[in-house]
Amino acid sequence: MTDAAAPLFTAHHFRLERETDWAELESLLDRVEKKSPKKLSEDELIALPRLYRTTLSALSVARETSLDAAMIAYLESLSTRAYFILYGCRDPWLRQVTGFFRIGLPSAVRALAPEIIVITLLLLASIFAGYQLVAHDPSWFYAMISEPMAAGRDMQASTQNMRASLYDPPQSGGLEIFATALFTHNSQIAILAFALGFALGIPTILLVAQNGAMLGAFFAAYIPHGLGIGFLAWVSIHGTTEFGAIILASAAGLHIGRGVAFPGRRSRFAAAADAGKRAALVMIGVVLMLLVAGLLEGFGRQLIRTDTARLSIAGAMMLLWITYFSFAGRRRHG
Amino acid sequence: MARPGRDRSLIRRLVTPEGVPLHLNLASAGARASAFIIDMLLIAAILIALTCLALFGFYLIGNKYPGIVLVIWLIGFFLLRNFYFIWFESGRRAATWGKRRMGLRVIARDGGQLTGAAVVARNMMREVEVFLPLMFLGFGAAEGFVDRWTMIAGFGWACLFLFLPVFNRDRLRAGDLIAGTWVVENARRDLGIDLVAQTGRSADAAGFSQAELEVYGQYELQRLEAVLREGNAEAITTVADVIRGKLNRWDPIGDRAFLDAYYAQTRAHFERGLLMGRRKRDKFDTSA
Repeated sequence: MTDAAAPLFTAHHFRLERETDWAELESLLDRVEKKSPKKLSEDELIALPRLYRTTLSALSVARETSLDAAMIAYLESLSTRAYFILYGCRDPWLRQVTGFFRIGLPSAVRALAPEIIVITLLLLASIFAGYQLVAHDPSWFYAMISEPMAAGRDMQASTQNMRASLYDPPQSGGLEIFATALFTHNSQIAILAFALGFALGIPTILLVAQNGAMLGAFFAAYIPHGLGIGFLAWVSIHGTTEFGAIILASAAGLHIGRGVAFPGRRSRFAAAADAGKRAALVMIGVVLMLLVAGLLEGFGRQLIRTDTARLSIAGAMMLLWITYFSFAGRRRHG
Repeated sequence: MARPGRDRSLIRRLVTPEGVPLHLNLASAGARASAFIIDMLLIAAILIALTCLALFGFYLIGNKYPGIVLVIWLIGFFLLRNFYFIWFESGRRAATWGKRRMGLRVIARDGGQLTGAAVVARNMMREVEVFLPLMFLGFGAAEGFVDRWTMIAGFGWACLFLFLPVFNRDRLRAGDLIAGTWVVENARRDLGIDLVAQTGRSADAAGFSQAELEVYGQYELQRLEAVLREGNAEAITTVADVIRGKLNRWDPIGDRAFLDAYYAQTRAHFERGLLMGRRKRDKFDTSA
């Protein structure tokens, strides 16, 4: 028989003294999660980190001195919740958004410069290849472009038809539908190109080459009719923005592929995570660029029907993007 | 069979800046899948509601502006498909409705801030994980632009991404890999009642010798705690019989009172030991 005298320090006393603190922390956390930290009073905001530290230290003490499994589990889950509220907090939305446009996006794009160069060269090469193939052997045309996509604009079409496809006013009025459909479709393709980067970037490269070859094939169809410049204007009014976005999306995909394949000195996981986060920033920019491209293609191209105007818009947009991505958000010297 | 020398548990340690380790339970593949199915059902429900809205819009101003249906639907579908997950996971709870329902949340693997970029990265990867397999299955078959073997090969390839979480210890999707995140259980636990305080008087219903108190260890004590908290009469009888048999003590008191007394005294005994730096982990532990 042991003597039944209660020890001076017991888990029971320990718990009794601190229970109210824990309950207070729990109710504060509930309110922060459900509403917003802004709803807390100033006193409560000051209390939150203090209560978190008290609970955390109670957890360490309990682990060493108590055998109450339920209490330890409770303290651990409470501390974990508080940890993520306190250390996981982010800037307010507005600051996040301005930070993204001022620094985040342009510097993420600049970090992808090697991939962007590779993808641009690949795109140009595949446009050239597509053009050469179709120009020498017209049967290649339908190997690259599906029938519904061509919509009659093929090697056998008459000059008149080809001209009409570039300069005629739109038959139906649904420009906004056209613009929306273009935007959603292109964004989906861009996101796919990004996601496929995970497979070491190989599908991304194929996707770029395919798109480039398609463009080249169309050039081959228009140039014999003397409509080369016209087609260039028609495609580039939105194309400088859209192809810019596609290049960025593919470069983002390739960047991930590079991170996974060649992690350098870091662990493969760490390298992939770094590359993924940087590429994701670029992707937000890509979706926004495609929105602009969708508007230009859906409205601009249908309403503006002269080569000069189309080409000048195309040039202006290209200049705008290049300037923004090259110079925005660089640290000032001195 | 578990391969030896490899930690296959789903518990990960995170050390806070204060130096206290917290244990995180990674979400099981099953819980993740359930959460995803709930989210998909929700998206489907929202899409149906959206379609109704679009039809209603058509009914109102359809003859003047028939494009409205298509525009609402296209934009809505695009936003849902790409931004449903991103929107909810960038919230304070870092979980979609499905994850909340299953008690899960997304966190950064290094325990730091879960950035917006990470959330975007992990969710854009869903495109290859979910929609690519569907695409190979659906489009390929419907439009006949791929033959059967291309479809099977493509589908198999896409399934590699889909089932990635099952093949790694950390249950990482491709998206988690890219974003440096993982999904953990975020279960709320109740403090529960203080068993020792509650037993009060009955703690003395039977006295136990030191040898009797040291028959078991911490592990068994905490199993007993779970049984007492549950309060299932059948389990209590079974456990009481086992302990009585082991100690060879057949005190003429109720099973619950017997267990309460044994629990309170054993715990007090072991906790005194803890203060002295002795911890008896389980009944096989002879170091203490």
